[in-house]
Amino acid sequence: MQTQELARGFADPVLEAQGAFRAAMWALSRPGQPQELTTELVPPAPLSPEAAALALALCDYETPVFLDAALAAERAVADFLRFHTGAPITEDPGEARFAIIANPMELLDFSQFSPGSPDFPDASTTLILQVAGFAGHGFMLEGPGIKGRIGFGATPLPGDFPARMAANRALFPRGVDLLLAGAGQVAGLPRSVAVKGA
Amino acid sequence: MSGMPEISYNFAYLDEQTKRMIRRAILKAIAIPGYQVPFAAREMPMPYGWGTGGVQVTAAVLGPDDVLKVIDQGADDTTNAVAIRGFFEKTAGVATTTATTQASIIQTRHRIPETALAENQILVYQVPIPEPLRFLEPRETETRQLHALAEYGLMHVKLYEDIARHGHIATTYAYPVEVAGRYVMDPSPIPKFDNPKMDDCPALQLFGAGREKRIYAIPPYTTVRSLDFEDHPFKVQRFAKPCALCAATGVYLDEVILDDKGGRMFVCSDTDHCNTRQAQGHRGEMAAPAGEAA
Repeated sequence: MQTQELARGFADPVLEAQGAFRAAMWALSRPGQPQELTTELVPPAPLSPEAAALALALCDYETPVFLDAALAAERAVADFLRFHTGAPITEDPGEARFAIIANPMELLDFSQFSPGSPDFPDASTTLILQVAGFAGHGFMLEGPGIKGRIGFGATPLPGDFPARMAANRALFPRGVDLLLAGAGQVAGLPRSVAVKGA
Repeated sequence: MSGMPEISYNFAYLDEQTKRMIRRAILKAIAIPGYQVPFAAREMPMPYGWGTGGVQVTAAVLGPDDVLKVIDQGADDTTNAVAIRGFFEKTAGVATTTATTQASIIQTRHRIPETALAENQILVYQVPIPEPLRFLEPRETETRQLHALAEYGLMHVKLYEDIARHGHIATTYAYPVEVAGRYVMDPSPIPKFDNPKMDDCPALQLFGAGREKRIYAIPPYTTVRSLDFEDHPFKVQRFAKPCALCAATGVYLDEVILDDKGGRMFVCSDTDHCNTRQAQGHRGEMAAPAGEAA
């Protein structure tokens, strides 16, 4: 039997978790405006350091985590998350409170995840999407947290992304919330935001 | 006493699992503006009604670089404010301030500061009863469904009955608002004078109700509309006189009884605003003359 060294978690769990949460909080408060998120984590590939920091800050035994095909293919990713967060890894996206997506181009349809119920719209999945960066202004965003409207871009995203976000917005107050984790940054697209192709 | 273990706390008192649970609730609250997210509020080392909800929200958000201000009815120097400020000085070692402009987090009981809030600031409200429909419908299962269906007729009936009885909407505090065109929300018992400050506010507004175990939020730059009728539009109270100490107008004033012969004065409820103005040389009719001020 082979043993593998487990990548380490936060060096300072209290303050690093607080920092990652604050970045996520401002990201969802200001949709489409990337917030700084620095971390020294070196998680097993293809899990990105930023996505790992968000997972370690927010997940625990109360939050089943769904991994996309790219992440599920690497056992070390599930082992890393299980060890550091205690979160159960689920194969059912509808049961997941968090879903981590390493390959946004093959993102499952939002309807596969939990949108919450009319009585409890908060019981919905939060998607953590790993993106390369926030380039361009391919989309126009409007909604709570945005003064007027702003341009937003992230790559890679599926071509029908605005249509998917529109379908998600139509469910409001139900729906999924997105955290996009790029290099050193995190941007939020909560269900309240209206995304239009520019 | 040697040998006694020194008692220490986790940063900001709460354990990390509790913080994660509260943080997840805050994120959902921000994503669904005005919706009350249930959370597993903990017992805090202070009685219910003294801001246990606000304290838990502040503890979950707070970082070592934050500068904290705490106000109780606008004042920095009342028991509740002093106690909570001391609590976080002791358990988190954060810097505290009384200046609204210096603070990154402001925890408040029943007021919004007079000084306009800025981006990057977080206003944490202490909330006694988060459900705006509670006194109209006591059953949680029913109010939850009313929110799900956006069925807010009851609230309009209540405001209408005010008009029928008093000739005007007589609700003066905890005046219900509609957030981002969807949820009707209780703004906590702030005077309705403060309601317009919530609309399109650059700061993030978080609400914590400890006993009732609810967290809700208003993201920055969000439309917050006080409920009203076309023929009875929402109006805030006006004061006949300026502040007796700093001569400010257009601010919320507290009545102070001076003697048993009907003597009274009206002064700013926001102590930081009043002190700042007095330091700038503004003098109200009952202020000590310049030079004599303590």
